[in-house]
Amino acid sequence: MNRYFWILGAFAALVVLLAVGLGLNPRDVPSPLVGKPAPAFSLPVLATPNKTLSPKDMQGKVWLLNVWASWCVSCRAEHPVLVDFSRKTDVPLIGLNYKEVRGDGGFDMGKMAPDEERKLAFQRANQWLTEHGDPYKLTVMDLDGRVGIDYGVYGVPETYVIDKAGVIRMKHTGPLSPEVLSQKIMPLLAELAK
Amino acid sequence: MKSLLTLIFALFLTSTAAIAVDSATEAALAADPVAEKRLQKLSEELRCLVCQNQTIADSNAELAQDLRREVRAMIKAGKSDKEIVDFMVVRYGDFVLYRPPVKGITLLLWGGPVLLMLLGLFALVRYLRRRSTRIDAEEQPLSAAEAGRADALLKENNLK
Repeated sequence: MNRYFWILGAFAALVVLLAVGLGLNPRDVPSPLVGKPAPAFSLPVLATPNKTLSPKDMQGKVWLLNVWASWCVSCRAEHPVLVDFSRKTDVPLIGLNYKEVRGDGGFDMGKMAPDEERKLAFQRANQWLTEHGDPYKLTVMDLDGRVGIDYGVYGVPETYVIDKAGVIRMKHTGPLSPEVLSQKIMPLLAELAK
Repeated sequence: MKSLLTLIFALFLTSTAAIAVDSATEAALAADPVAEKRLQKLSEELRCLVCQNQTIADSNAELAQDLRREVRAMIKAGKSDKEIVDFMVVRYGDFVLYRPPVKGITLLLWGGPVLLMLLGLFALVRYLRRRSTRIDAEEQPLSAAEAGRADALLKENNLK
């Protein structure tokens, strides 16, 4: 009898282990960048291609960096949440357009000249924002995804909360839901704004 | 049936050919075989975060291609293997390593299998010991009291 008790106990432990393990989100990889200064970059601004923006320009402000691309399906799902956010708060939301042309997969990059890629990327990004609304204070263009690598981007969309000192305080991978925004990001923003 | 087999074989051939062309273009990018070997070795140590059970050597995901490109650029720039791996860990965390480092949080991961094996060995030894004492007990001759009781029972039966 005692023996069956052991087997049953081991089985129950296995069930609990699997229930917890399978319930976790494998995409939820903790970012080592949280608590570290936001990696520097200097990228052209979508609206004013001759000007660049770098995180230093945002010093002294609490801001959000949202990684997006027009080919990214989840970004479309997330977009209304961002538009709503930009209407409700005056926290600057900066867009980081990630590999607008290269990431699409529909182009033969071997045949495309850099100038052509740049032109097409700006055109596509602008068109997307015209169609779906522009929640961003401004968007910067990361054509080859190098800045994305510095930020550890692996699944668009991703969102970073950056504090007044330029330190990343939170990273969210995947589309922002209204719940994540209201329960996690808004309280954090309120705290950081103090 | 035969035509079906031919079809499958043809499909197989074309698919492998496609893969071969793809890797050929990548190989062409790095003419230096030594650097290419290092790239291959490093890529096999790094996890692709998009398809999490593949290394960036195996994966053809966009991100894996970008990361291979970064590794290649760093090799060209004369960076050491450690510097390259650190570059990845700073950005993507320990998760990017296929062999996670031994530290507090990964102790169970590394020690777990050993622990389970010790537990199994312990259970096995205990079971074997118990079994042998049981067998020993069974093989022992009857004690005087037991023999007396057995005799009594036999006699009782004879009387009936």
